[in-house]
Amino acid sequence: MPKDSGIGAATRRREDARFLLGSGRYSDDIVLLNQTYAVFARSEVANGIIKTINTSEAEKMPGVIAVFTGDDFVDVGGNPAGWLINSRDGEPMKEPKRPVLAHGKVRHVGDAYAAVIAETEQQARDAAEKINADIMELPAIIDMTSALSGSNYVHDEIETNQCFDWGWIEDNREATDNAIKNAHHVTTLELTNNRLVPNAMEPRCSIADYNAANDDYTLYTTSQNPHLTRLLISAFVLGIPENKLTVVSPDVGGGFGSKIYHYGEEALVLAAAKRIKRPVRWTASRSESFMTDAHGRDHVTKIELALDKDNNFLAFRTETMANVGAYLSNFSTVTPTILHGTLMAGNYSVPNIYVNVKAVFTNTAPVDAYRGAGRPEATYSLERVIDKAALELNLDPIALRRQNFIKSDQFPYVTAAGLNYDVGDYDAIMDRLEHHADIKGFAERKKISEKQGKLRGFGVNSYIEACGIAPSNLIGTLGARVGLYDAATIRVNATGNISVMVGAHSHGQGHETAFPQIVADMLGVDPNNVEIVHGDTSKIPFGMGTYGSRSLAVCGSAIVRGIEKIIAKGKKIAAHMMESTEDNVDFEDGVFSVRGTNKTVSFGDVALKAYIPHNFPIEDIEPGLEETAFYDPQNFTYPAGAYACEVEVDPNTGKVSIERFAAADDFGNIINPMIVEGQVHGGLAQGIGQALLEGCVYNDDGQLISGSYMDYTMPRAADLPSFVVDHTVQTPSTDNPLGVKGCGEAGAIGSPPTVVNAVINALRSAGHDITHIDMPLTPARVWAAMNN
Amino acid sequence: MYNFEFKQPKTISEALNALKSDEAEALAGGQTLIPTMKQRLASPATLVSLSKISEMRGICKNDDGSISIGGGTTHADVAANSNIFPGLVTLAENIGDPAVRNRGTIGGSLANNDPAACYPAAALSAGATIVTDSREISADDFFQGMFETALEESEIILSVRFPVPSLSSYQKFVQPASRFAMVGVFLSKFENETRVAITGASEEGVFRWKEAERALNEDFSEGSITDFVLEPSGMIGDIHASKEYRAHLVKVMTKRAVKSAS
Ligand SMILES: Cc1cc2nc3c(=O)[nH]c(=O)nc-3n(C[C@H](O)[C@H](O)[C@H](O)COP(=O)(O)OP(=O)(O)OC[C@H]3O[C@@H](n4cnc5c(N)ncnc54)[C@H](O)[C@@H]3O)c2cc1C
Repeated sequence: MPKDSGIGAATRRREDARFLLGSGRYSDDIVLLNQTYAVFARSEVANGIIKTINTSEAEKMPGVIAVFTGDDFVDVGGNPAGWLINSRDGEPMKEPKRPVLAHGKVRHVGDAYAAVIAETEQQARDAAEKINADIMELPAIIDMTSALSGSNYVHDEIETNQCFDWGWIEDNREATDNAIKNAHHVTTLELTNNRLVPNAMEPRCSIADYNAANDDYTLYTTSQNPHLTRLLISAFVLGIPENKLTVVSPDVGGGFGSKIYHYGEEALVLAAAKRIKRPVRWTASRSESFMTDAHGRDHVTKIELALDKDNNFLAFRTETMANVGAYLSNFSTVTPTILHGTLMAGNYSVPNIYVNVKAVFTNTAPVDAYRGAGRPEATYSLERVIDKAALELNLDPIALRRQNFIKSDQFPYVTAAGLNYDVGDYDAIMDRLEHHADIKGFAERKKISEKQGKLRGFGVNSYIEACGIAPSNLIGTLGARVGLYDAATIRVNATGNISVMVGAHSHGQGHETAFPQIVADMLGVDPNNVEIVHGDTSKIPFGMGTYGSRSLAVCGSAIVRGIEKIIAKGKKIAAHMMESTEDNVDFEDGVFSVRGTNKTVSFGDVALKAYIPHNFPIEDIEPGLEETAFYDPQNFTYPAGAYACEVEVDPNTGKVSIERFAAADDFGNIINPMIVEGQVHGGLAQGIGQALLEGCVYNDDGQLISGSYMDYTMPRAADLPSFVVDHTVQTPSTDNPLGVKGCGEAGAIGSPPTVVNAVINALRSAGHDITHIDMPLTPARVWAAMNN
Repeated sequence: MYNFEFKQPKTISEALNALKSDEAEALAGGQTLIPTMKQRLASPATLVSLSKISEMRGICKNDDGSISIGGGTTHADVAANSNIFPGLVTLAENIGDPAVRNRGTIGGSLANNDPAACYPAAALSAGATIVTDSREISADDFFQGMFETALEESEIILSVRFPVPSLSSYQKFVQPASRFAMVGVFLSKFENETRVAITGASEEGVFRWKEAERALNEDFSEGSITDFVLEPSGMIGDIHASKEYRAHLVKVMTKRAVKSAS
């Protein structure tokens, strides 16, 4: 049974009070004495040669303190990709330098080639307009197919615009080809996973403060992982020693992946602050966010599914072109490969899998991990082609999926795509989903819709994801240039309250509520006496940040390990206090006791003793009660789920509305069900946004047509139905001490194919011979498909 | 935004005076002008706010039964006024969001003549008269293509006079992102004629769909326009809708207007 405040309790999010009352403290809220403002001059063309940049007029403008161009950064390093991916032929990927400011060439609309530092933002903006750049426009490289075959290059030294040509798993290629060649039936589908703009509510902001007295720096920045940002700046870009650079990410208003990465603006403000010996700040405008935040998705894929005569899956084979944009952002090479190709078994028992991904440079903003990162792309391809196979073979889509599910007694299960799924029960999830979806009632609801002149369709999917993005050993063999453990320090203060310094960063996930629930549960203390400290490299041991639904599984586990150490030390102190030995001391509900006696001391007394070590076994135990643990799991976690959706389509206009949506997920153990539900709701909203509304569009000249909310459609509350969310199936992860799996991305992964499957179902039921429409399924696209 | 002078006259004549200065521009609700200035796409030297001119606000019924709406009247005020004919209320209720409706004005909307704006359709359909500081302009003459109107430099709209149709309806198919009209159809049925104005669809801005009007004058029913095919060539084609789709929507939304008005 969940205790009312520990693990399993639906505690209200304590951070919400400050967010809802407008008293959060975001980067842009920070005001420093003598601060100055940076404004960037950005390319208006997608591809061009920088012939000259004349800054003399800008320098003379009122209030201007300094002007920077790419020339100022030729001697510093580039912002690297975090993963080395090798092509099928063993060649390492092409990795062009990503400079702080564009040098020689601009490569996408919004690419910054100069920056002005001035006393006010207005002055900086005025001066930036006076920078005289002579940029010779070149033909833009936008479409991936033409990029691969064309004669214009994003980077002159990469004469194919191809970053890599990756095969997974190369040894499976032949067997997969043969399985497809000899199969009873092969279903083929070509699809696009539409490009998305992340649109975090808070735009990026970076403020640098340089302290000349100690030659050290503080960077306040909107980061999902301040330590990684520090590492990148120190080890690769500016070479500032890590011990001379503090990175602080206070409240951050959403990231969805886009704030994982280090961006040039961070390096610019740091370098500028040092040069002018004053703080330098920059906050993105919404237009800058659209143009320069790393975008998401943007795959073009051909997928084939081979089946035998009994409808068993024999093989999946995919060929994907993945857009990486103009430069390699930090996770841009792992997202379309490891986080995508390895997931290509889905929830299914399928003997042959082969994935080919070509990553392509284009004159567009960099593309990187965005909520789900690779897994939505994998799920979309799989779940669409399975639905198409069900159509072609006239099978029930649920039955076809169930028939091919990995069965609950087959775990641990090593897939043909190389992952080792530890636990799961996909049939049980589907049972819950069918219950909520009320499939029996569909026919009746369809009749009612038809009476109102609407088409009604039902769609289903199932998904798996690899979360708790971690195992350093495993990812090291896959090309990662970092480790992906996490860390926590548990500091029990003398008066018994507790500070927990965590490497995970909370930017909407509710860590300040969920993490104390773990501590409270294990130590028998009131969670309100536990404070979570995050987002400051000077306070936290280390951390790899928040993404890939990893915070709880990895950092939460580090907290558990840290508390175990606290309890172990506490037992020693308690043993001394009760004149016993530590093996005879038990700890439960905040009380240490000597087994078989009525001797007890409270956790608070032990904490006090640790800090006032009178009569303390100083020769055996150090004073103080503080422990740090690093945790690195052995495997990913594998959340899974199944979603169902009913849509209505207006046959006159093509407008789709979602009438019902049910989500059944297995997240393993749950620390706070209310937070889980909120995460699922948010993910569903984003997934439905991708399916129906959101589409980032560049025209052939590389202009960002969907560069504002006038043209980029964000999901609004009215676009969404009321969700039924079920997480009663819980197969605890076997890999971490909490048995948790992660829930942050599920909704965004599972919902797009569910919605598209439902729309196709609706259209087909009205006699339209349509098997696929590319997302977003806007009214215009659906209508065009119906009237082709 | 660039620096500018700000003036806030209390009377029309003060405003007209202020607008005589170099590069002066009228500011009403600022829902179009301010975002444009923020993006540095407009840079008036002087902004003359019309919002404190009480003569320009409010709604009244005239002796001949028509309704006059002050040029500075907000969308929210129109939406809240139940004396106005239904199509116009629906139109005002569905512009933007509450902030936009509480600031944006009918005068600003008509003067701006955005090809996707709603009010131009109402004015043209109802055969409204735009009353300016110097003359009266019939809606048929007022709208002259995307963002173009008959207004002279620094001429301001004091009010708009609407004949009241016996039946009216505004049917808006929203552009998904902006929620402006991707196609908006305003239908006004008077005793002896029906007028249909279309916004959002045409490269020429708001227009009257005369073919549909003729058909509806003969037979006011959905069926009477079923067989029409609107030529896509003059329609707007963009990332949200093709020309063909817009042409199709014009018909669908017109039928809905007929249905909802009857
Ligand atoms: C988020 C958002 C959503 C919107 N959605 C819609 C929508 O769905 N439908 C729709 O129709 N509109 C929509 N709008 C536009 C809105 O209706 C604006 O209010 C309107 O277009 C301009 O009116 P304004 O009073 O704000 O004018 P301003 O922005 O102040 O001025 C616009 C122009 O008109 C001139 N002007 C203003 N008043 C007068 C006058 N009395 N005489 C002469 N010239 C004048 C100004 O000089 C300026 O050039 C939306 C706007 C926003 C910001």
